[in-house]
Amino acid sequence: MAPVISTNQLTKRFGQFIAANALTFEVDKGEIFGFLGANGAGKTTAMRMLCGLSTPSSGKATVAGFDIYTQTEKIKQNIGYMSQKFSLYDDLTVAENIRFYAGIYGMSTPAIKTKTNQLLQELQLEKEAKTLVKALPLGWKQKLAFSVAIVHDPDIVFLDEPTGGVDPVTRRQFWDLIYAASDKGVTVFVTTHYMDEAEYCNRVSIMVDGVIAALDSPANLKQQFNATTMEDVFYELARNAKRKAD
Amino acid sequence: MINLTSIKKSYNKGQIPAVTGISLSVERGELFGLIGPDGAGKTTLFRILTTLLIPDEGTATVDGLDVVKDYAKIRSRVGYMPGRFSLYQDLTIEENLNFFATVFGTTIKENYHLIEEIYKQIEPFKDRRAGKLSGGMKQKLALCCALIHKPTVLFLDEPTTGVDVVSRKEFWDMLQRLKQEGITILVSTPYMDEANRCDRIALIQKGSILSVDTPKGIVDAFPQDLFAVRSAKTHQLLRDVRDFPGTDTCFAFGESLHVTFKGDPRPLIPWLKQKGQADATMEKITPGIEDCFIHLLKN
Repeated sequence: MAPVISTNQLTKRFGQFIAANALTFEVDKGEIFGFLGANGAGKTTAMRMLCGLSTPSSGKATVAGFDIYTQTEKIKQNIGYMSQKFSLYDDLTVAENIRFYAGIYGMSTPAIKTKTNQLLQELQLEKEAKTLVKALPLGWKQKLAFSVAIVHDPDIVFLDEPTGGVDPVTRRQFWDLIYAASDKGVTVFVTTHYMDEAEYCNRVSIMVDGVIAALDSPANLKQQFNATTMEDVFYELARNAKRKAD
Repeated sequence: MINLTSIKKSYNKGQIPAVTGISLSVERGELFGLIGPDGAGKTTLFRILTTLLIPDEGTATVDGLDVVKDYAKIRSRVGYMPGRFSLYQDLTIEENLNFFATVFGTTIKENYHLIEEIYKQIEPFKDRRAGKLSGGMKQKLALCCALIHKPTVLFLDEPTTGVDVVSRKEFWDMLQRLKQEGITILVSTPYMDEANRCDRIALIQKGSILSVDTPKGIVDAFPQDLFAVRSAKTHQLLRDVRDFPGTDTCFAFGESLHVTFKGDPRPLIPWLKQKGQADATMEKITPGIEDCFIHLLKN
Protein backbone atom coordinates (compact mmCIF):
# COMPACT_ATOMS: atom_id res chain seq x y z
CA MET A 1 0.00 0.00 0.00
CA ALA A 2 1.33 3.45 -0.91
CA PRO A 3 2.05 5.72 2.04
CA VAL A 4 -0.33 8.66 2.56
CA ILE A 5 2.53 11.08 3.07
CA SER A 6 5.92 10.59 1.48
CA THR A 7 8.71 13.16 1.60
CA ASN A 8 12.22 13.04 0.22
CA GLN A 9 14.82 15.68 1.18
CA LEU A 10 12.02 18.21 1.61
CA THR A 11 13.57 21.61 2.35
CA LYS A 12 12.34 25.16 2.88
CA ARG A 13 14.68 28.15 3.01
CA PHE A 14 13.86 31.71 3.96
CA GLY A 15 16.91 33.59 2.62
CA GLN A 16 19.92 32.13 4.43
CA PHE A 17 17.73 30.46 7.05
CA ILE A 18 16.89 26.78 6.53
CA ALA A 19 13.58 26.38 8.35
CA ALA A 20 13.06 22.75 7.33
CA ASN A 21 16.12 20.81 6.24
CA ALA A 22 16.00 17.67 4.07
CA LEU A 23 12.98 16.03 5.71
CA THR A 24 12.60 12.43 4.59
CA PHE A 25 9.82 10.29 6.03
CA GLU A 26 6.67 8.34 5.23
CA VAL A 27 3.33 8.09 7.00
CA ASP A 28 1.10 5.06 6.43
CA LYS A 29 -2.64 4.88 6.00
CA GLY A 30 -4.50 4.93 9.32
CA GLU A 31 -1.37 5.74 11.25
CA ILE A 32 -1.41 8.20 14.16
CA PHE A 33 1.77 10.15 13.53
CA GLY A 34 3.03 12.52 16.25
CA PHE A 35 4.96 15.50 14.89
CA LEU A 36 6.91 16.98 17.79
CA GLY A 37 9.60 19.59 18.12
CA ALA A 38 10.72 22.55 20.18
CA ASN A 39 9.32 25.99 19.40
CA GLY A 40 11.02 27.23 16.25
CA ALA A 41 12.23 23.77 15.21
CA GLY A 42 10.37 24.03 11.90
CA LYS A 43 7.13 22.10 12.54
CA THR A 44 4.81 24.80 11.27
CA THR A 45 6.90 25.32 8.14
CA ALA A 46 6.81 21.58 7.42
CA MET A 47 3.08 21.34 8.02
CA ARG A 48 2.35 24.32 5.76
CA MET A 49 4.25 22.60 2.94
CA LEU A 50 2.40 19.32 3.45
CA CYS A 51 -0.96 21.13 3.43
CA GLY A 52 -0.14 22.78 0.10
CA LEU A 53 0.10 26.26 1.60
CA SER A 54 3.81 26.86 1.07
CA THR A 55 6.03 25.86 -1.85
CA PRO A 56 9.20 23.96 -0.87
CA SER A 57 12.64 25.27 -1.84
CA SER A 58 13.78 21.79 -2.83
CA GLY A 59 13.04 18.10 -2.34
CA LYS A 60 10.00 16.03 -3.16
CA ALA A 61 6.79 15.10 -1.42
CA THR A 62 3.36 13.67 -2.06
CA VAL A 63 0.34 13.96 0.21
CA ALA A 64 -2.67 11.70 -0.41
CA GLY A 65 -0.96 10.77 -3.68
CA PHE A 66 -0.70 14.36 -4.94
CA ASP A 67 2.44 16.35 -5.63
CA ILE A 68 3.03 19.27 -3.28
CA TYR A 69 4.42 21.48 -6.05
CA THR A 70 1.86 21.00 -8.77
CA GLN A 71 -1.29 19.60 -7.19
CA THR A 72 -1.83 21.78 -4.12
CA GLU A 73 -5.53 22.31 -4.83
CA LYS A 74 -6.05 18.54 -5.01
CA ILE A 75 -4.21 18.19 -1.69
CA LYS A 76 -6.44 20.76 -0.02
CA GLN A 77 -9.52 18.83 -1.15
CA ASN A 78 -8.19 15.58 0.27
CA ILE A 79 -6.95 16.67 3.68
CA GLY A 80 -8.60 17.95 6.83
CA TYR A 81 -7.09 20.55 9.15
CA MET A 82 -7.87 21.56 12.70
CA SER A 83 -5.91 23.90 14.94
CA GLN A 84 -6.16 24.68 18.62
CA LYS A 85 -8.01 27.86 17.81
CA PHE A 86 -11.35 26.39 16.90
CA SER A 87 -12.10 26.87 13.28
CA LEU A 88 -15.84 27.01 13.93
CA TYR A 89 -18.10 29.99 13.41
CA ASP A 90 -19.45 31.05 16.81
CA ASP A 91 -22.44 32.85 15.34
CA LEU A 92 -23.61 29.90 13.25
CA THR A 93 -25.52 26.97 14.71
CA VAL A 94 -24.11 23.47 14.98
CA ALA A 95 -25.95 22.32 11.83
CA GLU A 96 -24.96 25.48 9.93
CA ASN A 97 -21.30 24.93 10.72
CA ILE A 98 -21.46 21.37 9.39
CA ARG A 99 -23.29 22.54 6.26
CA PHE A 100 -20.78 25.34 5.77
CA TYR A 101 -17.73 23.11 5.88
CA ALA A 102 -19.33 20.38 3.79
CA GLY A 103 -20.26 23.05 1.23
CA ILE A 104 -16.71 24.44 1.16
CA TYR A 105 -15.46 20.95 0.35
CA GLY A 106 -17.89 20.75 -2.55
CA MET A 107 -20.24 18.07 -1.22
CA SER A 108 -23.65 17.83 -2.90
CA THR A 109 -26.78 19.04 -1.10
CA PRO A 110 -28.20 15.53 -0.52
CA ALA A 111 -24.80 14.30 0.70
CA ILE A 112 -24.56 17.24 3.07
CA LYS A 113 -27.98 16.45 4.47
CA THR A 114 -27.13 12.80 5.09
CA LYS A 115 -23.75 13.69 6.58
CA THR A 116 -25.25 16.33 8.89
CA ASN A 117 -27.73 13.86 10.33
CA GLN A 118 -25.06 11.22 10.72
CA LEU A 119 -22.67 13.57 12.51
CA LEU A 120 -25.32 14.99 14.83
CA GLN A 121 -26.21 11.45 15.80
CA GLU A 122 -22.60 10.33 16.29
CA LEU A 123 -21.81 13.36 18.40
CA GLN A 124 -25.11 13.08 20.28
CA LEU A 125 -25.81 16.68 19.37
CA GLU A 126 -29.23 16.15 17.73
CA LYS A 127 -30.94 18.36 20.29
CA GLU A 128 -28.30 21.04 19.82
CA ALA A 129 -28.52 21.23 16.02
CA LYS A 130 -30.02 24.71 16.19
CA THR A 131 -27.83 25.94 19.06
CA LEU A 132 -25.28 28.63 18.30
CA VAL A 133 -21.78 27.22 18.56
CA LYS A 134 -20.71 29.94 21.00
CA ALA A 135 -23.18 28.54 23.55
CA LEU A 136 -21.63 25.04 23.49
CA PRO A 137 -19.28 23.79 26.22
CA LEU A 138 -15.63 23.69 25.19
CA GLY A 139 -15.47 19.90 24.96
CA TRP A 140 -18.39 19.71 22.53
CA LYS A 141 -16.96 22.49 20.41
CA GLN A 142 -13.76 20.57 20.15
CA LYS A 143 -15.50 17.38 19.04
CA LEU A 144 -17.51 19.34 16.50
CA ALA A 145 -14.38 21.07 15.19
CA PHE A 146 -12.73 17.70 14.67
CA SER A 147 -15.81 16.29 12.97
CA VAL A 148 -16.11 19.17 10.51
CA ALA A 149 -12.40 18.87 9.75
CA ILE A 150 -13.07 15.34 8.48
CA VAL A 151 -16.60 15.97 7.15
CA HIS A 152 -15.45 15.27 3.58
CA ASP A 153 -13.83 11.93 4.53
CA PRO A 154 -10.26 13.03 3.80
CA ASP A 155 -7.38 10.54 3.60
CA ILE A 156 -5.49 12.49 6.23
CA VAL A 157 -6.23 15.03 8.93
CA PHE A 158 -3.67 17.50 10.28
CA LEU A 159 -4.21 18.44 13.93
CA ASP A 160 -2.14 21.39 15.14
CA GLU A 161 -2.04 21.32 18.96
CA PRO A 162 -5.69 20.28 19.09
CA THR A 163 -5.79 19.83 22.87
CA GLY A 164 -4.09 23.01 24.08
CA GLY A 165 -5.79 24.46 27.16
CA VAL A 166 -8.59 21.91 27.55
CA ASP A 167 -9.27 20.09 30.81
CA PRO A 168 -7.74 16.63 31.36
CA VAL A 169 -10.98 14.71 30.90
CA THR A 170 -11.91 16.48 27.66
CA ARG A 171 -8.35 16.03 26.42
CA ARG A 172 -8.67 12.27 26.82
CA GLN A 173 -12.12 12.18 25.22
CA PHE A 174 -10.58 13.92 22.25
CA TRP A 175 -8.05 11.12 21.89
CA ASP A 176 -10.95 8.66 21.74
CA LEU A 177 -12.07 10.53 18.61
CA ILE A 178 -8.58 10.33 17.15
CA TYR A 179 -8.48 6.56 17.73
CA ALA A 180 -11.93 6.17 16.16
CA ALA A 181 -10.86 8.12 13.06
CA SER A 182 -7.67 6.08 12.80
CA ASP A 183 -9.66 2.83 13.08
CA LYS A 184 -11.71 4.00 10.08
CA GLY A 185 -8.49 4.38 8.10
CA VAL A 186 -8.02 8.14 8.41
CA THR A 187 -4.36 9.04 8.82
CA VAL A 188 -3.81 11.42 11.74
CA PHE A 189 -0.89 13.83 11.72
CA VAL A 190 -0.80 15.57 15.09
CA THR A 191 1.37 18.11 16.94
CA THR A 192 1.24 18.53 20.71
CA HIS A 193 3.16 19.89 23.67
CA TYR A 194 1.71 17.23 25.97
CA MET A 195 4.32 14.50 26.13
CA ASP A 196 1.85 11.90 27.45
CA GLU A 197 -0.01 12.33 24.16
CA ALA A 198 3.13 11.44 22.26
CA GLU A 199 2.77 7.99 23.82
CA TYR A 200 -0.62 7.54 22.13
CA CYS A 201 0.88 7.85 18.65
CA ASN A 202 1.95 4.86 16.55
CA ARG A 203 5.11 6.69 15.59
CA VAL A 204 6.62 9.99 16.62
CA SER A 205 9.08 12.28 14.90
CA ILE A 206 10.99 14.92 16.83
CA MET A 207 12.33 17.96 14.98
CA VAL A 208 15.31 19.90 16.27
CA ASP A 209 16.78 22.91 14.45
CA GLY A 210 15.01 22.15 11.18
CA VAL A 211 15.89 18.46 10.90
CA ILE A 212 14.14 15.30 12.03
CA ALA A 213 16.36 14.25 14.91
CA ALA A 214 14.48 11.05 15.73
CA LEU A 215 11.62 9.02 14.27
CA ASP A 216 10.26 5.76 15.65
CA SER A 217 7.56 4.25 17.84
CA PRO A 218 7.42 5.67 21.38
CA ALA A 219 8.63 2.32 22.79
CA ASN A 220 11.66 2.21 20.47
CA LEU A 221 12.52 5.86 21.08
CA LYS A 222 12.51 5.31 24.84
CA GLN A 223 14.75 2.31 24.40
CA GLN A 224 17.07 4.14 22.03
CA PHE A 225 17.51 7.07 24.43
CA ASN A 226 17.47 4.92 27.54
CA ALA A 227 14.56 6.97 28.88
CA THR A 228 11.47 6.05 30.88
CA THR A 229 9.12 8.63 29.36
CA MET A 230 8.73 10.48 26.07
CA GLU A 231 9.31 13.70 27.99
CA ASP A 232 12.83 12.49 28.80
CA VAL A 233 13.41 11.58 25.14
CA PHE A 234 12.22 15.00 24.03
CA TYR A 235 14.30 16.76 26.64
CA GLU A 236 17.39 14.82 25.67
CA LEU A 237 17.00 15.81 22.01
CA ALA A 238 15.78 19.38 22.34
CA ARG A 239 17.89 20.73 25.17
CA ASN A 240 20.88 21.23 22.89
CA ALA A 241 18.86 22.98 20.21
CA LYS A 242 20.67 25.96 18.73
CA ARG A 243 17.54 27.86 17.77
CA LYS A 244 17.29 28.69 21.42
CA ALA A 245 15.92 32.20 21.24
CA ASP A 246 12.60 30.84 20.17
CA MET B 1 -0.05 39.32 50.32
CA ILE B 2 -3.07 38.57 48.15
CA ASN B 3 -6.54 38.11 49.55
CA LEU B 4 -9.77 37.30 47.75
CA THR B 5 -13.08 37.08 49.61
CA SER B 6 -16.18 35.71 47.85
CA ILE B 7 -15.23 37.23 44.51
CA LYS B 8 -17.86 36.97 41.76
CA LYS B 9 -17.70 38.24 38.21
CA SER B 10 -19.88 37.62 35.19
CA TYR B 11 -19.97 39.02 31.68
CA ASN B 12 -22.79 39.95 29.28
CA LYS B 13 -25.12 41.25 31.99
CA GLY B 14 -24.81 38.15 34.09
CA GLN B 15 -25.31 35.70 31.23
CA ILE B 16 -21.76 34.37 31.28
CA PRO B 17 -20.50 33.62 34.79
CA ALA B 18 -16.70 33.75 34.86
CA VAL B 19 -15.90 33.56 38.58
CA THR B 20 -18.63 32.23 40.87
CA GLY B 21 -17.45 32.97 44.40
CA ILE B 22 -13.73 32.51 44.97
CA SER B 23 -11.96 33.05 48.28
CA LEU B 24 -8.22 32.60 48.45
CA SER B 25 -5.14 33.96 50.14
CA VAL B 26 -1.53 33.94 49.04
CA GLU B 27 1.26 34.48 51.56
CA ARG B 28 4.15 36.88 51.18
CA GLY B 29 6.99 35.28 49.21
CA GLU B 30 4.87 32.37 48.04
CA LEU B 31 4.94 30.89 44.54
CA PHE B 32 1.26 30.14 44.07
CA GLY B 33 -0.23 28.37 41.04
CA LEU B 34 -3.72 28.67 39.57
CA ILE B 35 -4.19 25.39 37.73
CA GLY B 36 -7.12 24.94 35.38
CA PRO B 37 -8.20 24.67 31.75
CA ASP B 38 -9.35 27.48 29.43
CA GLY B 39 -12.53 29.07 30.69
CA ALA B 40 -11.85 28.25 34.36
CA GLY B 41 -11.73 31.96 35.29
CA LYS B 42 -7.98 32.35 35.69
CA THR B 43 -7.66 35.46 33.53
CA THR B 44 -10.66 37.12 35.18
CA LEU B 45 -8.99 36.69 38.58
CA PHE B 46 -5.76 38.21 37.26
CA ARG B 47 -7.62 41.17 35.81
CA ILE B 48 -9.43 41.79 39.09
CA LEU B 49 -6.20 41.58 41.11
CA THR B 50 -4.35 43.91 38.74
CA THR B 51 -7.25 46.42 39.04
CA LEU B 52 -8.22 46.17 35.39
CA LEU B 53 -11.65 44.75 36.15
CA ILE B 54 -14.05 45.49 39.01
CA PRO B 55 -15.64 42.43 40.63
CA ASP B 56 -19.45 42.18 40.80
CA GLU B 57 -19.31 41.01 44.40
CA GLY B 58 -16.71 40.35 47.07
CA THR B 59 -13.51 42.11 48.07
CA ALA B 60 -9.87 41.65 47.18
CA THR B 61 -6.61 43.12 48.45
CA VAL B 62 -3.07 43.04 47.12
CA ASP B 63 -0.26 43.94 49.52
CA GLY B 64 -2.91 45.21 51.94
CA LEU B 65 -4.46 47.55 49.35
CA ASP B 66 -8.04 47.31 48.12
CA VAL B 67 -8.31 46.53 44.39
CA VAL B 68 -11.14 49.04 43.88
CA LYS B 69 -10.27 51.94 46.21
CA ASP B 70 -6.48 51.81 46.02
CA TYR B 71 -6.11 50.81 42.41
CA ALA B 72 -3.49 53.46 41.59
CA LYS B 73 -1.19 52.35 44.40
CA ILE B 74 -1.54 48.71 43.43
CA ARG B 75 -0.60 49.43 39.83
CA SER B 76 2.75 50.87 40.87
CA ARG B 77 3.61 47.84 42.98
CA VAL B 78 2.66 44.86 40.86
CA GLY B 79 4.06 43.36 37.69
CA TYR B 80 1.65 41.77 35.23
CA MET B 81 2.36 39.56 32.26
CA PRO B 82 -0.94 38.94 30.46
CA GLY B 83 -1.58 35.78 28.48
CA ARG B 84 -1.74 37.76 25.27
CA PHE B 85 1.38 39.62 24.17
CA SER B 86 0.66 43.27 24.92
CA LEU B 87 3.89 45.19 24.48
CA TYR B 88 4.40 47.80 21.80
CA GLN B 89 4.98 45.95 18.53
CA ASP B 90 6.54 48.99 16.84
CA LEU B 91 9.10 49.59 19.57
CA THR B 92 12.33 47.61 19.77
CA ILE B 93 13.20 45.32 22.66
CA GLU B 94 15.28 48.03 24.30
CA GLU B 95 12.69 50.76 23.68
CA ASN B 96 9.94 48.66 25.24
CA LEU B 97 12.01 47.99 28.31
CA ASN B 98 13.02 51.65 28.61
CA PHE B 99 9.41 52.69 28.22
CA PHE B 100 8.20 50.49 31.07
CA ALA B 101 11.07 51.53 33.32
CA THR B 102 10.28 55.21 32.69
CA VAL B 103 6.54 54.81 33.26
CA PHE B 104 7.29 53.31 36.66
CA GLY B 105 9.83 56.04 37.48
CA THR B 106 12.90 53.85 37.42
CA THR B 107 15.74 52.95 35.05
CA ILE B 108 16.89 49.70 33.47
CA LYS B 109 20.14 50.07 35.38
CA GLU B 110 18.54 50.30 38.82
CA ASN B 111 16.95 46.84 38.80
CA TYR B 112 19.07 45.20 36.14
CA HIS B 113 20.06 42.38 38.48
CA LEU B 114 16.45 41.16 38.50
CA ILE B 115 16.23 40.78 34.73
CA GLU B 116 19.86 40.20 33.84
CA GLU B 117 19.61 36.46 33.38
CA ILE B 118 16.59 36.68 31.08
CA TYR B 119 17.60 39.87 29.31
CA LYS B 120 21.03 38.51 28.35
CA GLN B 121 19.27 35.94 26.17
CA ILE B 122 17.43 38.56 24.10
CA GLU B 123 19.99 41.36 24.28
CA PRO B 124 21.66 40.41 20.96
CA PHE B 125 18.35 41.36 19.31
CA LYS B 126 17.73 44.53 21.33
CA ASP B 127 17.30 46.67 18.21
CA ARG B 128 14.64 44.39 16.76
CA ARG B 129 11.01 45.48 16.91
CA ALA B 130 8.87 43.51 19.35
CA GLY B 131 6.39 42.64 16.59
CA LYS B 132 9.15 40.77 14.73
CA LEU B 133 10.17 38.54 17.62
CA SER B 134 9.50 34.83 17.97
CA GLY B 135 7.05 33.61 20.61
CA GLY B 136 9.76 32.60 23.07
CA MET B 137 11.55 35.93 22.78
CA LYS B 138 8.32 37.89 23.22
CA GLN B 139 7.68 35.95 26.38
CA LYS B 140 11.11 36.79 27.76
CA LEU B 141 10.74 40.46 26.90
CA ALA B 142 7.30 40.60 28.52
CA LEU B 143 8.72 39.13 31.70
CA CYS B 144 11.54 41.68 31.74
CA CYS B 145 9.03 44.52 31.32
CA ALA B 146 6.88 43.14 34.15
CA LEU B 147 9.92 42.99 36.46
CA ILE B 148 11.80 46.18 35.68
CA HIS B 149 10.22 48.21 38.52
CA LYS B 150 10.94 45.52 41.13
CA PRO B 151 7.32 44.66 41.88
CA THR B 152 6.35 43.14 45.22
CA VAL B 153 3.87 40.84 43.48
CA LEU B 154 4.24 39.31 40.05
CA PHE B 155 1.16 38.13 38.14
CA LEU B 156 1.87 35.72 35.29
CA ASP B 157 -1.11 34.60 33.21
CA GLU B 158 -0.27 31.35 31.39
CA PRO B 159 3.37 32.23 30.68
CA THR B 160 4.16 28.73 29.40
CA THR B 161 1.13 27.99 27.20
CA GLY B 162 2.23 26.68 23.82
CA VAL B 163 5.86 26.58 24.95
CA ASP B 164 7.91 23.40 24.52
CA VAL B 165 9.03 21.19 27.38
CA VAL B 166 12.61 22.45 27.46
CA SER B 167 11.70 26.14 27.56
CA ARG B 168 9.01 25.44 30.15
CA LYS B 169 11.56 23.86 32.47
CA GLU B 170 13.87 26.87 32.08
CA PHE B 171 11.02 29.26 32.78
CA TRP B 172 10.11 27.54 36.03
CA ASP B 173 13.75 27.47 37.14
CA MET B 174 13.75 31.22 36.65
CA LEU B 175 10.59 31.67 38.72
CA GLN B 176 12.27 29.82 41.58
CA ARG B 177 15.12 32.34 41.47
CA LEU B 178 12.72 35.31 41.46
CA LYS B 179 11.05 33.81 44.50
CA GLN B 180 14.47 33.85 46.22
CA GLU B 181 14.46 37.63 45.65
CA GLY B 182 11.36 37.80 47.85
CA ILE B 183 8.86 38.46 45.09
CA THR B 184 5.41 36.92 45.61
CA ILE B 185 4.33 35.16 42.43
CA LEU B 186 0.84 34.19 41.29
CA VAL B 187 1.08 32.13 38.11
CA SER B 188 -1.55 30.29 36.09
CA THR B 189 -1.09 27.29 33.84
CA PRO B 190 -3.15 24.67 32.05
CA TYR B 191 -0.26 22.15 32.38
CA MET B 192 -0.92 19.97 35.42
CA ASP B 193 2.69 18.76 35.61
CA GLU B 194 3.83 22.31 36.43
CA ALA B 195 1.82 22.29 39.65
CA ASN B 196 4.68 20.54 41.43
CA ARG B 197 6.89 23.57 40.93
CA CYS B 198 4.58 25.71 43.13
CA ASP B 199 4.51 26.10 46.93
CA ARG B 200 0.72 25.88 46.89
CA ILE B 201 -1.85 25.54 44.16
CA ALA B 202 -5.54 26.12 43.57
CA LEU B 203 -7.23 23.75 41.15
CA ILE B 204 -9.99 25.71 39.44
CA GLN B 205 -12.72 24.81 36.98
CA LYS B 206 -15.74 26.78 35.74
CA GLY B 207 -15.16 29.76 38.00
CA SER B 208 -14.81 27.96 41.30
CA ILE B 209 -12.08 26.31 43.32
CA LEU B 210 -11.95 22.53 43.44
CA SER B 211 -9.16 22.42 46.00
CA VAL B 212 -6.38 24.56 47.52
CA ASP B 213 -3.33 22.97 49.11
CA THR B 214 0.32 22.15 48.65
CA PRO B 215 0.89 19.78 45.71
CA LYS B 216 1.65 17.04 48.23
CA GLY B 217 -1.50 17.80 50.23
CA ILE B 218 -3.62 17.53 47.10
CA VAL B 219 -2.06 14.20 46.18
CA ASP B 220 -2.43 12.87 49.76
CA ALA B 221 -6.14 13.68 49.65
CA PHE B 222 -6.74 11.33 46.71
CA PRO B 223 -9.29 8.99 48.30
CA GLN B 224 -8.80 5.74 46.38
CA ASP B 225 -6.02 3.33 45.52
CA LEU B 226 -4.68 4.08 42.06
CA PHE B 227 -3.17 1.50 39.73
CA ALA B 228 -1.16 1.73 36.54
CA VAL B 229 -2.14 -0.94 34.00
CA ARG B 230 0.08 -1.64 31.02
CA SER B 231 0.17 -3.85 27.94
CA ALA B 232 1.58 -3.55 24.44
CA LYS B 233 -1.86 -2.86 22.94
CA THR B 234 -2.75 0.32 24.85
CA HIS B 235 -5.69 1.30 22.70
CA GLN B 236 -7.37 -2.10 23.00
CA LEU B 237 -6.43 -2.18 26.69
CA LEU B 238 -8.38 1.03 27.26
CA ARG B 239 -11.55 -0.62 25.93
CA ASP B 240 -10.97 -3.87 27.82
CA VAL B 241 -10.33 -2.21 31.18
CA ARG B 242 -13.40 0.00 30.74
CA ASP B 243 -15.45 -3.13 30.08
CA PHE B 244 -14.21 -4.80 33.26
CA PRO B 245 -17.17 -4.77 35.70
CA GLY B 246 -15.04 -3.79 38.73
CA THR B 247 -13.54 -0.69 37.07
CA ASP B 248 -14.53 2.62 38.60
CA THR B 249 -12.50 5.07 36.50
CA CYS B 250 -9.98 4.46 33.73
CA PHE B 251 -7.95 7.12 31.94
CA ALA B 252 -5.02 6.95 29.55
CA PHE B 253 -1.79 8.42 30.97
CA GLY B 254 0.91 8.14 28.36
CA GLU B 255 2.06 4.54 28.05
CA SER B 256 -0.15 3.24 30.90
CA LEU B 257 -3.76 3.47 32.06
CA HIS B 258 -4.57 4.88 35.47
CA VAL B 259 -7.38 2.88 37.00
CA THR B 260 -9.46 2.94 40.18
CA PHE B 261 -11.75 0.10 41.23
CA LYS B 262 -15.11 -0.29 42.93
CA GLY B 263 -13.94 -3.41 44.73
CA ASP B 264 -11.10 -5.91 44.57
CA PRO B 265 -8.65 -5.00 41.77
CA ARG B 266 -7.04 -8.45 41.60
CA PRO B 267 -9.46 -10.14 39.16
CA LEU B 268 -8.56 -7.58 36.46
CA ILE B 269 -5.34 -9.21 35.27
CA PRO B 270 -6.81 -12.74 34.77
CA TRP B 271 -9.78 -11.10 33.06
CA LEU B 272 -7.46 -9.19 30.70
CA LYS B 273 -5.51 -12.37 29.91
CA GLN B 274 -8.75 -14.00 28.89
CA LYS B 275 -9.30 -11.07 26.51
CA GLY B 276 -5.97 -11.76 24.86
CA GLN B 277 -3.87 -9.22 26.74
CA ALA B 278 -1.28 -11.80 27.75
CA ASP B 279 1.36 -9.23 28.72
CA ALA B 280 -0.93 -7.08 30.91
CA THR B 281 0.61 -5.89 34.18
CA MET B 282 -0.70 -3.83 37.07
CA GLU B 283 1.00 -1.93 39.88
CA LYS B 284 -0.15 0.42 42.60
CA ILE B 285 1.07 3.99 42.04
CA THR B 286 1.03 7.41 43.70
CA PRO B 287 -1.41 9.73 41.95
CA GLY B 288 -0.22 12.91 40.24
CA ILE B 289 -1.91 16.31 40.22
CA GLU B 290 -3.66 15.43 36.95
CA ASP B 291 -5.18 12.30 38.56
CA CYS B 292 -6.44 14.48 41.40
CA PHE B 293 -7.86 17.07 39.02
CA ILE B 294 -9.73 14.40 37.07
CA HIS B 295 -11.05 12.91 40.31
CA LEU B 296 -12.27 16.31 41.50
CA LEU B 297 -13.89 17.01 38.12
CA LYS B 298 -15.77 13.73 38.24
CA ASN B 299 -17.19 14.45 41.69
